[in-house]
Amino acid sequence: MTFLTIDAIRKSYGPTVALDAIDMTIEAGGRTAIVGPSGSGKTTLLRIIAGFETPDSGSLVLDGRALAGNGSLVPAHKRGIGIVSQDGALFPHLTVADNIGFGLAKKAADRDRRIAELMEMVELDGIMAARRPHQLSGGQQQRVALARALALRPRLMLLDEPFSALDTGLRDTMRRTVARVLRAAGTTAILVTHDQAEALSFADQVAVLRQGRLVQFGPPRALYGKPRDRETATFLGEAILLDADIVSGRAECILGSLAVEPGSTAGQATIMLRPEQIRLTTAAAATDSEGPVGHVDDVEFGGGDCMVLVRIDRTDRAMPDFLSIKCVGFEIPGPGDLVRISVHGPAHVLAD
Amino acid sequence: MSATAFHAESSSLRRLAVAARGRSRVPYLWVTIIAAFVSLVSLVPLGFIAWITIQTGWETASKLIFRGRVGELLINTALLELCTIPLTIVLSVALAWLTERTDLPGARVWAWLAVAPLAVPAFVHSYAWISLFPGLHGLAGGVLVSVLAYFPFLYLPIAAQLRRLDPAIEDAAASLGLNPWQVFFRAILPQLRLAICGGSLLVGLHLLAEYGLYVMIRFDTFSTAIVDQFQSAFNGPAANMLAGVLVACCLLLLGIEVLLRGGERYARVGSGAARPADTRRLGWMIVPALALNVATVALAIGVPFVTLTRWLYIGGAEIWRIDLVGGAFGQTVLLAIAGGVLATVAAAPMAWLSVRAPGRLQRIFEACHYYVGALPGVVVALALVTITVRLILPLYQTFATLFLAYVLLFLPRAMVGLRTSIAQAPVELERAAMALGRTPFQAVRQTTMRLAAPGVAASTALVALGITNELTATLMLSPTGVETLATKFWSLTSEIDYVAAAPYAVMMVLLSLPLTFLLYIQSRRAAGQ
Repeated sequence: MTFLTIDAIRKSYGPTVALDAIDMTIEAGGRTAIVGPSGSGKTTLLRIIAGFETPDSGSLVLDGRALAGNGSLVPAHKRGIGIVSQDGALFPHLTVADNIGFGLAKKAADRDRRIAELMEMVELDGIMAARRPHQLSGGQQQRVALARALALRPRLMLLDEPFSALDTGLRDTMRRTVARVLRAAGTTAILVTHDQAEALSFADQVAVLRQGRLVQFGPPRALYGKPRDRETATFLGEAILLDADIVSGRAECILGSLAVEPGSTAGQATIMLRPEQIRLTTAAAATDSEGPVGHVDDVEFGGGDCMVLVRIDRTDRAMPDFLSIKCVGFEIPGPGDLVRISVHGPAHVLAD
Repeated sequence: MSATAFHAESSSLRRLAVAARGRSRVPYLWVTIIAAFVSLVSLVPLGFIAWITIQTGWETASKLIFRGRVGELLINTALLELCTIPLTIVLSVALAWLTERTDLPGARVWAWLAVAPLAVPAFVHSYAWISLFPGLHGLAGGVLVSVLAYFPFLYLPIAAQLRRLDPAIEDAAASLGLNPWQVFFRAILPQLRLAICGGSLLVGLHLLAEYGLYVMIRFDTFSTAIVDQFQSAFNGPAANMLAGVLVACCLLLLGIEVLLRGGERYARVGSGAARPADTRRLGWMIVPALALNVATVALAIGVPFVTLTRWLYIGGAEIWRIDLVGGAFGQTVLLAIAGGVLATVAAAPMAWLSVRAPGRLQRIFEACHYYVGALPGVVVALALVTITVRLILPLYQTFATLFLAYVLLFLPRAMVGLRTSIAQAPVELERAAMALGRTPFQAVRQTTMRLAAPGVAASTALVALGITNELTATLMLSPTGVETLATKFWSLTSEIDYVAAAPYAVMMVLLSLPLTFLLYIQSRRAAGQ
C-alpha cells in the first residue's frame, strides 16, 4: 500500500534547479535509499519531505494526508516525521536521557521508562543516560539521535547520511542496528547517502538522483544489474563498458560474442558487464577453448581484490584494447601472463 | 641507506633535538620570570586594597563601610545592574536573532549599526542625552543610557554564537514536534548561555566602572562617589574603603558569572561542516522587527549624532581652536600609541607562555593578567595615587604612573589579541626554520613574529583606542598640563560649555570608529565568515 507519494516536486534556488519534477511512491514499512553524487538534490528532497524546505511546486502526501502542495503546507513540527542527521545534531546542553526524552511530554508518567526502553532498543548502556553528548563517541551519538527520533513513534524516519561520519567498521555495525531497530518498530525509512554500497545493502528500493532528476528507481538488484545509463552503471559499482553490435540476441564485442538479455534491440549499443561476471584463467596451455585471450600488462595488488590490466590480443577491432578487471582470490596472474577471459551471465545493454 | 649515513642522520637529528630542548629551557625561563613580574605588578591594586584595609584598622574601616552612604550606593548599584542587564540581554538577543536568522531587509546594515554605538564613549552618550533632555536623571536615565551605550557588548558575542550554531539541531527539535517559538526557547536560547553570561559580565563590570556617564545623568554609583571623595580629600581612607566595596562588587559579579556559566560545553558535537543556517521568514512580523531596529539605532546613534551636529552647527568655526583641539588630539594620540605599545610588550611574555607552554603555574599568572581588567579605572588610579604619594612621591603625577595604569587597565585586551595571533603561528614552523639552519632567535623572528605581526598590530590598536576614551584614570593620574580629548571634553562639560565640548566628542568618535569596525570584523571572522 502506498504510504508516501511524491508528485512532481520541483525546487530551485535562484537559477539553480535543485529538484526537477521528482515522482516517487514509497510503500509502508519499506526502506528506501536515495542515492546520488553531491549536488544531486537528494538532501533537498529529504528536507522537503521533513518540512524544512518548501517545494516550488508539486505535492507530497503522507498516508493520505497532504503535507505540501495545492496551497497547503504542514509545518515540520506537525508532520510527525523523525529525522537522524549526519552527526546526530544532539542538543549539547542536555544529557543523553534529556536528549532522548526531548520530544516526550515533560510530566509524562512513563517518560523515564520510555527513555530506558529506547536506550535499550538502540543498545545504549544505561549508565550513558547522565552523560553529555560531547562525552560520547560518534557511534553512540548516532544511537542517541536514533533513539530521540524514535521516541515519538514516527511513521516515517528520515536518515540524512547518518553513517558517513563514522569509521568503516562502525558504519556497518550501525547500519545493521538501524535497519534492525526500524524493522522492529515497523517504521518506514528513507535513507539519503552518497555511498552506493550503503544504499544497496540498506534499502529494498533505491532511487538514483542526478542533477535534480530521478534517473532510476527500483530494487537494488535490478538497479545494479540493469542500470539505465553509463553514469548510473558506474555510480552503483565498478562496471566494464564496451561498444558492441547487437545481432540476433548476441553482442559482438572485443570479448567475442556475448549473450545479452532477451528483448534487447539490435544495432550499435554500449553493453555493461560487472567485474564479478568476468573470470581470468591462466591460458598457457588452453589456447583451443572459446573466449578471447590477452596478456596481463600490469597488476595492482589490493589485498582481497586486485585490479588486473589485460591487453586484448585482437587486431580486427580498434579501441579499447585494454581492460581493467577485478580479480578475487589468490590465483592472481602476473605481468606478462597469457590469460583467457570468460564471461558469465548475460551482458546488459544500456539504453543510451 | 648505508649504516654511516644513517648514523650521521640520526646524530644530526639528536643535535637538533638538543638544540630545541636547550632553547626551550633558557628563554622560556626568562619569559616565565618576566611574566611572573607582570603578574605581580597586576596584583598591586588588589594588594593595595588589602593593605589599606589592614592599615586603616577594623574599627575605622567598619565605620566607613557600614554607613548609610555606602548602603545607598549599594542599592543604587544593585538597581542599576538588575535593571540594565536583563533589558540589555533581551534587546541584544532580539537584535542578534533578527539580524542573523531572519529575512530582515538590510540585515547586514542593521548588524553593523548594532555594533556602531561602541564608537561613542559612554560619557558622550550621556552628554548627548542630557543636551536633548536636560531633565533626564537618576535611575531611569542611567538605565536608559547604559543600555544604549553597552548593548553591543552583548550583541557581538550573541550574534557570533548564533552564526556558529548547528542548524541541524533546530531541525531536530522541529521534527520532534516543537513549534518555532518552542524551538527558540528550548533549543536555541540554552546554547546562547555562554555568550549571554560573558557579555552580561562585561556589561556589568562596565556599569561598576563607569564614571562620566553617571555624573552627567546625576546618578550616584561607587565610581562617582570615590572620585568625589578623592577630589575633596584625596587619599582619604573614606575613598579607599569605598574602593574596597567596589572591588568586592566586581569579584561578586565575576563569581556569579562563573556559577551561571557552569562547566558545560556548548560547542557543536560531531564533525563535518555545518550547513549555513536557514533564515526564517518574518511575514507580518517584519513591521515590529524593523521598528525595533529603527528605534534602537535612532536612540543609540541618532541621538548622539543629532546632538553633536547641533552643537557643532551652533558653535560654528570658532569652537575648532587648533591650538586647543589640535593640542589635545596630539597628546591623546601620543599617549594612546605609547600606552598601546607598552601594554602589548607587557602582555607578550604571558601570551607566549599561554600558547607555547601552558601549565598550572602559567594559568595562575594568566588569571592575574586577566583579573586586573575587571577592576574599575578609579580603583587602579586610586591605588597608584596612594602608593606613589606614600612610598615614591617623585613618581606621583608622572607619565610613568599614568602608563602603568594604562598597562594594568588594558592588559587583558592586549592578551586576547596576542594570544590568538601567536596561536596562529605553529611551533612546527620555528622547528622547520631551525632545521634549515636558523638560530633559535632568527627562527622566532622570521616565522612566529612575522606571522603574529598583524594580530599584534591589531591588539595594540585596540589598547590605543581604549586609552583614547579613558577618562577616570587619566583625570586622576595625568601630569599637570596633560589634556587628552576625554579630559578636555570632561572639563568643558563640567563648566556646562556643551558647545565647546562638541569638537572633542567628535574627535573621540572618529578615532573610535576603526576600533568598532575591527571588533565587528573580528566577531564575523571568529564565526568563520
